[in-house]
Amino acid sequence: MNIQGENKTQNRVRGLLPLWTVIGIFMIGPLLVMAAVSLMESNVYGGVHFKFSLNGYRQILFDTNLFGEIEFNPAYIIIIGRSFILAISATILSLIIGFPAAYFISRQSNKVKNILIFLVTIPFWTNLLIRTFAWIIILGKGGVIESSFNFLGLLGDEDSLNLMYTNSAILIGLVYSYLPLMVLPIYASMEKMDMRLLEAAADLYSSRIGLIRKVILPLSMPGIIGGSILVFVPCLGAFVAPDLLGGGKKLLLGSLIQFQFSYARNWSFGAAVAMFLLSLVILVLFFNAHINKRHREYETHG
Amino acid sequence: MNDKKVNAIEINNVTKIYATGSSSVKALNNVNLTIYDNEFFTLLGPSGCGKTTLLRLIAGFEDITQGNIKLFSEEIISLPPNKRPVNTVFQHYALFPHLNVYENVAFGLKRLNKDNTEIEKRTNEVLELVQMKDLSNRKPNQLSGGQQQRVALARALAPEPKVLLLDEPLSSLDLKLRQAMRVELKTLQRETGITFVFVTHDQEEALTMSDRIAVISNGEIQQIGRPEDIYENPSNQFVANFIGEVNLLSGVCLMEGENGSCKLDAGYEISLSIPRNVKKGDAVTVFIRPERIRINKSSSAKSLTSISGFTYLGNAAHIQLISNKQIINVTLPIDKVKNFKKGDLIEIEFPKDNAQVINK
Repeated sequence: MNIQGENKTQNRVRGLLPLWTVIGIFMIGPLLVMAAVSLMESNVYGGVHFKFSLNGYRQILFDTNLFGEIEFNPAYIIIIGRSFILAISATILSLIIGFPAAYFISRQSNKVKNILIFLVTIPFWTNLLIRTFAWIIILGKGGVIESSFNFLGLLGDEDSLNLMYTNSAILIGLVYSYLPLMVLPIYASMEKMDMRLLEAAADLYSSRIGLIRKVILPLSMPGIIGGSILVFVPCLGAFVAPDLLGGGKKLLLGSLIQFQFSYARNWSFGAAVAMFLLSLVILVLFFNAHINKRHREYETHG
Repeated sequence: MNDKKVNAIEINNVTKIYATGSSSVKALNNVNLTIYDNEFFTLLGPSGCGKTTLLRLIAGFEDITQGNIKLFSEEIISLPPNKRPVNTVFQHYALFPHLNVYENVAFGLKRLNKDNTEIEKRTNEVLELVQMKDLSNRKPNQLSGGQQQRVALARALAPEPKVLLLDEPLSSLDLKLRQAMRVELKTLQRETGITFVFVTHDQEEALTMSDRIAVISNGEIQQIGRPEDIYENPSNQFVANFIGEVNLLSGVCLMEGENGSCKLDAGYEISLSIPRNVKKGDAVTVFIRPERIRINKSSSAKSLTSISGFTYLGNAAHIQLISNKQIINVTLPIDKVKNFKKGDLIEIEFPKDNAQVINK
């Protein structure tokens, strides 16, 4: 029995070898390289010297002034804070739009459901850059929104709503880009929800709001948490929407990292910020796993 | 029984049509029904007959196409389910998976905004009633089918509904448990005094628990009556066939009136009361329960009837007779069965008043 068991495990390991190789080379490898880069000294022409240094991490909080003294520099903390606020706002906004949308879709007949879900996923087939450019046309000076306001007489010809290059523009761009990632997981958890539970709740004197608060919301919590993470994480590191719609006026984490690798040629600092971002994301995922465990207890059973 | 009865539910000319796109299905056709207060009332019928639809109309989960429903003389069809003082025990229980037993049972009371001490008192009271107090911290998935059943019952009883609706609540339990729950349900109904409207396709369940039964088929009520009425005097062949074992024997009327008689195709002449609309010479169908027929070994070799098969049932046996190419079923207690064997020639005795002419 034992020998057979060992053989089985060995077979399993061998069978999964190609998968592990691919994941190792293409996912874990680059991460390790970045982790290594973050711990080395930057080369001003790009790349790094192979020499251990914590400068990259130190730079997140401290700066060396003209006199060679090390002093506290809040600039990057502010960027990180701003990124967080924007990512959280984008997540909440996506949730507010995505939850009713997912509920609506899950209530339709199978045929309509499939069409609607297909429509939700359509934007994924187009390049993110192009979709974000579309928002410039919508939000920009003389763009779709302003000209409709003009047409309705709500806005003078010379006036502008100044929608572009603001935090709101970034927020709109982020919510638009990542909304499907909120809708799909919530839809998935609502889809498998037993409709009779809603009838039972109504039978037991639940109003519509009570129904949502006491039954639908708790039962779609795994989807809500999953969706929130899927939206929050990429929003935190996003740089397309901030650059194009925010005009790069105010740096965000994603743009900061991108900037360090491209123009500033400070690889180790860029890598350090990336590692910092990664550790934050892992923290969030652990938190999610903890909550999800509680939910799964009753989900897996019939 | 003949005290002044209060009408708990009045169903007047109710029709329900399900329309999906171009096709429509008539689930209920002009149903009229009155259910009295304190009654254990059963809607009995094969699956798809409309009995569950009727229950869902009372609960408010479906819109009514035509007619009206009154609950203690108040019209309720315009009220949403959460405004109707009735509660439902669902077929697969539909317990809230994210809430524990206690929270499930307290759900309705909380939505009714009762104060906390009252909620606690009532919830514990009901949990004790269904003997689930010890498991009040369990989640539904940690319970057996029978326990889930009790919780579903407690949850529906907790808000003290005027009428309790039960949608085939025993169908997913195994036989032993089902039989035990029948007795418990009946006791519970008597103790609480709440009107129960019970939906089932199981005639045995209906006969053992109900005060009255409505037999439904194809969206129409076939017969309403006490279990013994329905069993002994079915109003038509559907009811006779659906409830219990039955012989439906074709024959011709020989003599009209109260003390009339018929000649069966099976070769026997039996005396029975003939309904007024049946005239001499008319073809009739005669209904008789297998356990009402007596058989004796025939002394003459010219007997028409012989035993063609046995089905062993434990405490009894079905005996199949062939008489003049007609099949007649007889049920005998097991101690009498051993007198007979396959191929025996038989004389049949039809005791008077146990056979009757039955409508199509």
